[in-house]
Amino acid sequence: MDGNKKINPIKLFTSFFLVGAFTFGGGIAMIPVIEREVVTKNKWLENDEFLDVIALAQSSPGPLAVNTSIYLGYKLASLPGAIFSALGTILPSFLIMLLVATVFTSIRSLKIVDSIFMGIRACVVSLLLSAIISITKRSKFKIPSYLIMLIVTLIVSLYGISPIFVILVGGFGYILYKLISLKFRRDENVR
Amino acid sequence: MHLLNLFISFFKIGLFSFGGGYAMIPMIKTEVVQINSWLTNSEFIDMIAVSQMTPGPIAINLATYIGFQVNGPLGAVVSTLAVILPSFIIMTIIYLLVSKLKGSKYMDWFFTGLRPVIAGLIVSAILMVLPSSIVDIKTFIIFALSFVLVHFKRFTQFL
Repeated sequence: MDGNKKINPIKLFTSFFLVGAFTFGGGIAMIPVIEREVVTKNKWLENDEFLDVIALAQSSPGPLAVNTSIYLGYKLASLPGAIFSALGTILPSFLIMLLVATVFTSIRSLKIVDSIFMGIRACVVSLLLSAIISITKRSKFKIPSYLIMLIVTLIVSLYGISPIFVILVGGFGYILYKLISLKFRRDENVR
Repeated sequence: MHLLNLFISFFKIGLFSFGGGYAMIPMIKTEVVQINSWLTNSEFIDMIAVSQMTPGPIAINLATYIGFQVNGPLGAVVSTLAVILPSFIIMTIIYLLVSKLKGSKYMDWFFTGLRPVIAGLIVSAILMVLPSSIVDIKTFIIFALSFVLVHFKRFTQFL
């Protein structure tokens, strides 16, 4: 078990409460915010470990942010950590939606609400862009990695290929590549 | 009876929707509009808009809202917990598996192979949100300014 970092579950709760409260649009849009909390601000994880967690969360069913928070919770403070992180992530949504459910009809017609959300959406793009730049820089990608990244981008956005599928192909494909290249090296050594 | 139906529907939604966010919408629509008639089609579309405009994962937002509409605060609690329960069970299993396999070279290779894939997925997310996010010169200026602040000044969103 590697859940030995002993982070206070309450601290996890507040971090993930911020993540839940400040990310709009859900899904991958939440990654930069989680990254900032977990890697940049609190230094609970290395960049590479963080990417591993995202990969696991992406390939499991359910909301990405919830999966990520549960896994990180286990990793940083075992079961209490998982429970507190999950509750932290969903509580802002829960409270806001209760409010919305009661006042939705009156708010919806306000033009200013619309404008506020247009501004927020533009900022989401810059958050994502900033995240992808720091991730590629910190992972020290070489040309093959950039090529794979480009191919994934194209097939997912143009052909709507399922993310789970590309994740599995990427992971098992690399295992296969390693096994084959190791076998070749061994054959050369024999000669 | 309502509570049990809410629980079963949202548990199913949490269990069978992969990819999160937008990928979950078709699944939620089938359960909420077609099977249970909790919302009409146009109410559902309005709710998608609201869920995108409010913070948090879309599936959680929808679960809370619909639960509240169907059965008040208790309904909201039941459907919200039901939608994350599958995540909780599955991530627990994955965490235990990964901890067991840690240090195995296959595990390492698997994750190494994943890194560029995840990066590509984030780029395609940018392409997906772009058309509805940067629609005119004003939104572009907001984008450019916030990018400079976030990326170069290492600004945190929550000061």
